[in-house]
Amino acid sequence: MIGGLFIYNHKGEVLISRVYRDDIGRNAVDAFRVNVIHARQQVRSPVTNIARTSFFHVKRSNIWLAAVTKQNVNAAMVFEFLYKMCDVMTAYFGKISEENIKNNFVLIYELLDEILDFGYPQNSETGALKTFITQTGIKSQSKEEQSQITSQVTGQIGWRREGIKYRRNELFLDVLESVNLLMSPQGQVLSAHVSGRVVMKSYLSGMPECKFGMNDKIVIDKQGKGGASEEAAAGKSDLGGSGGGGGKQSIAIDDCTFHQCVRLSKFDAERSISFIPPDGECELMRYRTTKDIILPFRVIPLVREVGRTKLEVKVVIKSNFKPSLLAQKIEVRIPTPLNTSGVQVICMKGKAKYKASENAIVWKIKRMAGMKESQISAEIELLPTNDKKKWARPPISMNFEVPFAPSGLKVRYLKVFEPKLNYSDHDVIKWVRYIGRSGIYETRC
Amino acid sequence: MTDSKYFTTTKKGEIFELKAELNSDKKEKKKEAVKKVIASMTVGKDVSALFPDVVNCMQTDNLELKKLVYLYLMNYAKSQPDMAIMAVNTFVKDCEDPNPLIRALAVRTMGCIRVDKITEYLCEPLRKCLKDEDPYVRKTAAVCVAKLHDINAQLVEDQGFLDTLKDLISDSNPMVVANAVAALSEIAESHPNSNLLDLNPQSINKLLTALNECTEWGQIFILDCLANYTPRDDRESQSICERVTPRLSHANSAVVLSAVKVLMKFMEMLPKDLDYYGTLLKKLAPPLVTLLSAEPELQYVALRNINLIVQKRPEILKHEMKVFFVKYNDPIYVKLEKLDIMIRLASQANIAQVLAELKEYATEVDVDFVRKAVRAIGRCAIKVEQSAERCVSTLLDLIQTKVNYVVQEAIVVIKDIFRKYPNKYESVIATLCENLDSLDEPEARAAMIWIVGEYAERIDNADELLESFLEGFHDESTQVQLQLLTAIVKLFLKKPTETQELVQQVLSLATQDSDNPDLRDRGYIYWRLLSTDPVAAKEVVLAEKPLISEETDLIEPTLLEELICHIGTLASVYHKPPSAFVEGSRGVMHKRLPARTGSGEGTECPDVGNAAGGSAPEAAPSIIPSQGDLLGDLLNLDLAPPTTTGPTPSTSGMQMGGMDLLGGGLESLLGGDIGGSPAMGAGFGAAPAVMPASLNAPVGGGLGDLFDLGGGVGMPMGAYIPPKTVWLPAMKAKGLEISGTFARRAGVIQMELVLTNKAMSVMTDFAIQFNRNSFGLAPAGPLQVLTPLGPNQTIEVSLPLSTVGPVMKMDPLNNLQVAVKNNIDVFYFSCQYPISMLFVEDGKMERQVFLATWKDIPNDNESQFQIQDCHLNSEAASNKLQGSNIFTIAKRTVEGQDMLYMSIKLSNGIWVLAELKVQAGNPNYTISLKCRAPEVSQCVFQCYEAVLKN
Repeated sequence: MIGGLFIYNHKGEVLISRVYRDDIGRNAVDAFRVNVIHARQQVRSPVTNIARTSFFHVKRSNIWLAAVTKQNVNAAMVFEFLYKMCDVMTAYFGKISEENIKNNFVLIYELLDEILDFGYPQNSETGALKTFITQTGIKSQSKEEQSQITSQVTGQIGWRREGIKYRRNELFLDVLESVNLLMSPQGQVLSAHVSGRVVMKSYLSGMPECKFGMNDKIVIDKQGKGGASEEAAAGKSDLGGSGGGGGKQSIAIDDCTFHQCVRLSKFDAERSISFIPPDGECELMRYRTTKDIILPFRVIPLVREVGRTKLEVKVVIKSNFKPSLLAQKIEVRIPTPLNTSGVQVICMKGKAKYKASENAIVWKIKRMAGMKESQISAEIELLPTNDKKKWARPPISMNFEVPFAPSGLKVRYLKVFEPKLNYSDHDVIKWVRYIGRSGIYETRC
Repeated sequence: MTDSKYFTTTKKGEIFELKAELNSDKKEKKKEAVKKVIASMTVGKDVSALFPDVVNCMQTDNLELKKLVYLYLMNYAKSQPDMAIMAVNTFVKDCEDPNPLIRALAVRTMGCIRVDKITEYLCEPLRKCLKDEDPYVRKTAAVCVAKLHDINAQLVEDQGFLDTLKDLISDSNPMVVANAVAALSEIAESHPNSNLLDLNPQSINKLLTALNECTEWGQIFILDCLANYTPRDDRESQSICERVTPRLSHANSAVVLSAVKVLMKFMEMLPKDLDYYGTLLKKLAPPLVTLLSAEPELQYVALRNINLIVQKRPEILKHEMKVFFVKYNDPIYVKLEKLDIMIRLASQANIAQVLAELKEYATEVDVDFVRKAVRAIGRCAIKVEQSAERCVSTLLDLIQTKVNYVVQEAIVVIKDIFRKYPNKYESVIATLCENLDSLDEPEARAAMIWIVGEYAERIDNADELLESFLEGFHDESTQVQLQLLTAIVKLFLKKPTETQELVQQVLSLATQDSDNPDLRDRGYIYWRLLSTDPVAAKEVVLAEKPLISEETDLIEPTLLEELICHIGTLASVYHKPPSAFVEGSRGVMHKRLPARTGSGEGTECPDVGNAAGGSAPEAAPSIIPSQGDLLGDLLNLDLAPPTTTGPTPSTSGMQMGGMDLLGGGLESLLGGDIGGSPAMGAGFGAAPAVMPASLNAPVGGGLGDLFDLGGGVGMPMGAYIPPKTVWLPAMKAKGLEISGTFARRAGVIQMELVLTNKAMSVMTDFAIQFNRNSFGLAPAGPLQVLTPLGPNQTIEVSLPLSTVGPVMKMDPLNNLQVAVKNNIDVFYFSCQYPISMLFVEDGKMERQVFLATWKDIPNDNESQFQIQDCHLNSEAASNKLQGSNIFTIAKRTVEGQDMLYMSIKLSNGIWVLAELKVQAGNPNYTISLKCRAPEVSQCVFQCYEAVLKN
């Protein structure tokens, strides 16, 4: 298991060092600094073995977090733990920076003592941790409170405490998708997928049982064959969707993962998503689709080399969704060679600028409706070089935001039951929002 | 005020000031001081001098201060053991505190203080906490047992904590269960044979129930523990798989990977024709792909694991090529891993896409990545024949870029393409020759020289080209020198008239001016060949070469199996077994995949391939060794066949055969009679280069290494199998003749029978039974004679045996009484099995244990034997014995006499220790055997004799 955990600043000075196992000595702290932080070349692997000691590291801005071990540990678990550790710290004191870490070092030690015991990760849900690691002492707790804390920390529903009350029961669902695309210069889709998240913010009283439904192909097909009664029931509480791409009835989900509150065995057996949510915000689900994706934009590049010292670039972008919808924050990034000496740009819409420090022409458009197209053309002057190596021509990348889900996912219902308190599904105010953003959206040129 | 100020004190006399502050009356000041101490401790200053003062602050009801003091204690208690005792009282008191958080804190901290005197005081509080009413305290106490075990294992056993820990597996709280499982798994690792976890269907059921309820981390502990279990049959295996699959949708990647590990392992046991097997395969793909959308570090871990999974079960991800396409912004470690997997998944169906991608990558910036991409193009050409032409033209395009390292890499792979498709792409040679001057890496130079030599007849100026290399002969690396030597000899044989001078020059350079023995030997061989019989030389040097195989860089199958059992862990990231990077006893135990066992009659016949377990891959792929070393180079060029791996039962026979062939071949070579051994000419074209060295020592030097490549990597080298003898003559059994032998293959004992029907009528309904015997041998399945045996027909059957049958001592000890039934009658016979097939694979004792055991066994139990007329040296003997699971633990040389110490473990747990004396030049060995059951010594000795002499 994890033998020790160190946090360093960018210079390699130790800010936090907590050793859990006897086989990790102080020299391990220095070994990592010398071999990884101060190493001249680029980091070639997140796992480093130095003198039979393995170091796992992640970097957050300029802070290094390193877990150390001498055993054959579960590597995936160690990284998941390091990410979790970052989440917990962020939840307690905001951004992970040298200053914040120094300011909170006592708190961090207390947390490390709690969430890692002898190198074994323990409950690390911030919701539960915040009930008893507070930096103000816990003298004032009554016996009931204490046992409530311990049962929450160790219990089945570690992510929610009992006795939460709201005057207004309300929940917000955000369907956040990022579309990823890799397209050849000829317009052939090399790979495309949507990775989506359903983020839920809930302000519900008691221990509410929730059931979430979407237009998952498998469920819809099954219901089509089975009884229509549930379909009707579901239809009644349909939350509707503001889809952009057209009337797709159901979508094929390649794979999905769920927050630990979702009952996985139930999903596996019936494909129904039921859970008791944590209070406040949580990422309910992540999913991935690859079929029938609506690609909101198409980029058509044309690069022509005119002699050895000039390059002509023309890029057309076309929007491909309902004309009534508006895309926002559109940015097209056209890479330029390293030996660029000057650039002239002409664009019909938005603003374009050559950024020498980023070796790219950046073209920004605030808004663009569906089914439109726009064009930019640029002349790039090059300095003559004797560099034998050709310019690698990095792909043209794009950023944007659209108000629909490019995968076609729609929320069909989210039902809430709280058997002990007297509010029903109808009393809960529900909000749904769809946002599609660009992930890695690249066209080769 | 913020806490960062504590990091900034650098004045002198700081310790003194801190001391004063620690002893202050004001609580706030005390706390401030302790914080300063901890800050100093963090940055590595020695503040141990403050020990008594800090411990004095422990008695407080301020929990924050208390935790800080505990932190200090954990760090310095070891250096101040006497003073640490001062803290004991507070700990003991805190363990009784009404607040469960404080009770847990005390027991947690106390376990971290590694001072013997404190651990004594820890036992009572720990016992109470293990049975505490609060689950939070119990889960902390469970981990504390593991801590205590790490400090003092004996104490934990004596105090009965292990039993209490086992009870916690049935606890009502899932987190307590998870921590107890984690603690037990860790303790069990340091006692490999203790059966501590005692996994059985009942306890597995409890774990599976807890799995649904505990935290993400707990799920990982439980899944990792489940992976160590071996289900009894395929039904149990399936039911566990069904309950584990929901975990594949967990948001935590480690949970997913651990679940994949369990499934990959248990899937081994499912019959392949089962519907569920197919379903399971389909279910595995999506979660693996999803792992690639995690953070880069986790992607890396996932990709390293996928690399293993793809080698084990390529069908899972064969349609998912696209997700492994490299993204421009991927970190380099992700890029390189993706590329590796792309090559593995390349097939005719997707080759066009793959090639387009690879060409794209070859123009990137990172040198390593570009090289790998170019090499990948070559691999595709070799793997998918239809694509070879496009690959070659892509490579030519890349050569045109004139980027130095791209050109060199391309030439290296083109050489392999020539090997795979001879006489097909020679038109490109001209282009290659243009780049001769830019090659500065040995591998590329050697490849180019090979090409020039191989196609010398079509290159007009081949002699000039090779001559230009010859100028700096002594500055070249060995790889290039050897290649140049061979190439010029080839050239000479093709164009003898113009190149006589050149060949003289290279031969004298290689034999007279070089001090590299390999080069010299190769030079001499060529020289003699050429001078005695040029025709033979031609046949040897220009012999047709065997084709190179498609798959390269595959992980050796037994290692792959072990790594599959370690999915998700560091071992799977490094692609090395844990023993390669973990110190001490931990993790040294080798894990294996379970064998596919049939339950009921529905499953396939357990024939040899199957009984060898999942270990025998469908088609044992051959492996091209790394080209870096000399022998590898030799092998790659002219000597592919011996590297073919796979469980060849007669490897040892083949090794000797190889020697004979070479020995005989060499004589005939020198004598000028090549016609005698044509096979050798084809297979061992360049191998004689190593012969002179190996003539003196039978299996010494280079050739031994060479064969080690195939066998030494952990493959069960052919255990000794006695020849078949007739057990039941036809006269005695109404026409049924049975002959047979015994073998041990991949850990499974097999009785190999040949049934011959010498009667006039058809025989059916065969069955077999054993009488009780000394080692509880019993058939592990029915005798599989499926078709009726017609008159004069012979059938070979192998029957897997288990050692769990009823036991009765026989005389002689290895006597086995067998009854065979057919439709005619029941027949009885007895046979004797070599006891060596009962030697198990994990019979290697630790040195210390060996020493202690040797002393421990009374001298009366020692017996001495002589083995006569054995001409192996000690090392060869030890290698040979290892093949039959007789492990050499240590070797000592006293006055020219080698003493080998060996251990053997029988299937019923009996250990036999041996001391083998080998005197150089004396063909008689002396062997002393020590065993607690001296009866077996005689049999063991017979095995030694049999193994060493065959």
